[in-house]
Amino acid sequence: MAQTPNRLAPFYENLAFERESNRMIINFGPQHPSAHGQLNLVLELEGEEIVRSVPNIGFLHRGMEKMAENMIYNEFLPTTDRMDYIAATSNNHAFALAVEKLIGVEAPRRAQAIRVVLLELNRMASHLFFLATHALDVGAMSMMLYPFREREYILDLMEEYCGARLTHSAIRIGGVPLDFTPEWIKMCEEFLDHMPEQIEMYDKLLKENRIWCMRLEEVGNISPELADSWALSGPMLRGSGIKWDIRKEEPYEIYDEIDFDIPVAETTDCYGRYRLHIEEMWQSIRIIRQALEIYRDTPPELMAHAPEFISAPKEQMMTQNYSLMQHFVLVTQGMRPPKGEVYVATESPKGELGFFIASDGGPYPYRVKVRAPSFYHCGILEDLLLGVQLADVVTIIGSTNIVFGEIDR
Amino acid sequence: MAQHQVNYASSGGLPVALTTIDKLVNWGRSNSLWFLTYGLACCAIEMMASGAGRFDFDRFGTIFRASPRQAEVMCVAGTLSKKHAPFVRRLYDQMAEPKWVISMGSCANTGGMFNTYATVQGVDRIIPVDIYLPGCAPRPDTLQYATMMLQQKIRRESMDRNKSAKRFV
Repeated sequence: MAQTPNRLAPFYENLAFERESNRMIINFGPQHPSAHGQLNLVLELEGEEIVRSVPNIGFLHRGMEKMAENMIYNEFLPTTDRMDYIAATSNNHAFALAVEKLIGVEAPRRAQAIRVVLLELNRMASHLFFLATHALDVGAMSMMLYPFREREYILDLMEEYCGARLTHSAIRIGGVPLDFTPEWIKMCEEFLDHMPEQIEMYDKLLKENRIWCMRLEEVGNISPELADSWALSGPMLRGSGIKWDIRKEEPYEIYDEIDFDIPVAETTDCYGRYRLHIEEMWQSIRIIRQALEIYRDTPPELMAHAPEFISAPKEQMMTQNYSLMQHFVLVTQGMRPPKGEVYVATESPKGELGFFIASDGGPYPYRVKVRAPSFYHCGILEDLLLGVQLADVVTIIGSTNIVFGEIDR
Repeated sequence: MAQHQVNYASSGGLPVALTTIDKLVNWGRSNSLWFLTYGLACCAIEMMASGAGRFDFDRFGTIFRASPRQAEVMCVAGTLSKKHAPFVRRLYDQMAEPKWVISMGSCANTGGMFNTYATVQGVDRIIPVDIYLPGCAPRPDTLQYATMMLQQKIRRESMDRNKSAKRFV
């Protein structure tokens, strides 16, 4: 029966669903509370089953890569905070590491130890946030409150160290700006002692929770071949049984001296990825403890010595005229790295986060490209959601742990 | 059995409070502000943190709702891009009167650090804003302070928002 448009009725009552296939198209997002930001999924439904899904991104595009072309290198560092804003330090670190490789300096040993501690704290914060929002999306409302509580401890530690809760900028090109105080280390150790008990409590709440298992098991299976073909990385790749971690494969900082395991999920579904995030938190605790041990017997330098690119320490700047002049030039004009291209990959909480920088020898980068893990994890939704029930879409989006600041940049 | 112990004849009269309709209605409005979850970027994380256990936003009578029909405060938390701008306007129009807007963070206020081709330079170009909350990102306690400022603003308003409040002095 052909529908005749009625000009008096509201337009949505006039929508005609009379195609032969009887398929319905719905827009999921960009303002859906479980869309993890601004994801717009165009879903084609056959009954309750999804037959086609197209992720539509770009709602948080802020033009960061273009901004980088008009900024000196140190100026761009705070902007990287706003990419993966759940673990801001990992972005600072990836960018700083790329620039360091470009100018050929290495951070002093103490700075490397401090970086590893901060990076792992951020990894735990990110995984706690994953747990909280994933549980909230699936419907375990009270579960959201507990990881957020422990996350506040981490944010307090970060605030004590660098002064910011969310957007840290805690790492500089060539090192770190500040040293740990003895009180900070004590606070950090207290937190590490407190944490295992809490992780066990999350297990009690979720691990064998019947509803949680029913919602997550056998949902969102990613086979190793699919994971490979979509260039997944990080927990999403290890969640499909491939053991790959850049901290082990191409160690940076002091990760090669630290003894830790790479957990791999037993199943390839959402439940396996949830277990994997919990296991990674245990590993982070191990890493932080060892990094604090390494920190204790390091010389007190925090910034690399490379007068051409990096300002001298404050005391030297205030006593030696040429250091002050060099600092003035570096702040007003910026450092001038040699010509060349560089790509550095790091293991951020979400996966492989890499910065490609092309320098033409000037104070501004010629081009900066960010290889953000969430971008690839968002693309797989096109294949992953096929044949899935509509109610499971939220579960799968939650378990991919995507962040839109990173996808759209 | 508990008995009514007050002797109205001797202890200050009947339990009557005198007020105006404006004050009574605004008392109700200002103490049950329901927020629309409008998380766009980094500030959304702080908005969630303020709803979580440590900062406990529910003390202010605020509940986060996912539907514009049930909300009366739109807290725009994060960078608004030009691609997203039509949705903000549509959701604002879908909210029932009376409605207020908190612009949270530098990006929502003025575009902040993102002065680029893709970013709307302040949500007040799209929708009217009541409270501007500075910071990048603002801490959860400052979001609560902004809510308290909004409550004060509501209490000053007239019940009928088209008319200005009657001033006696």
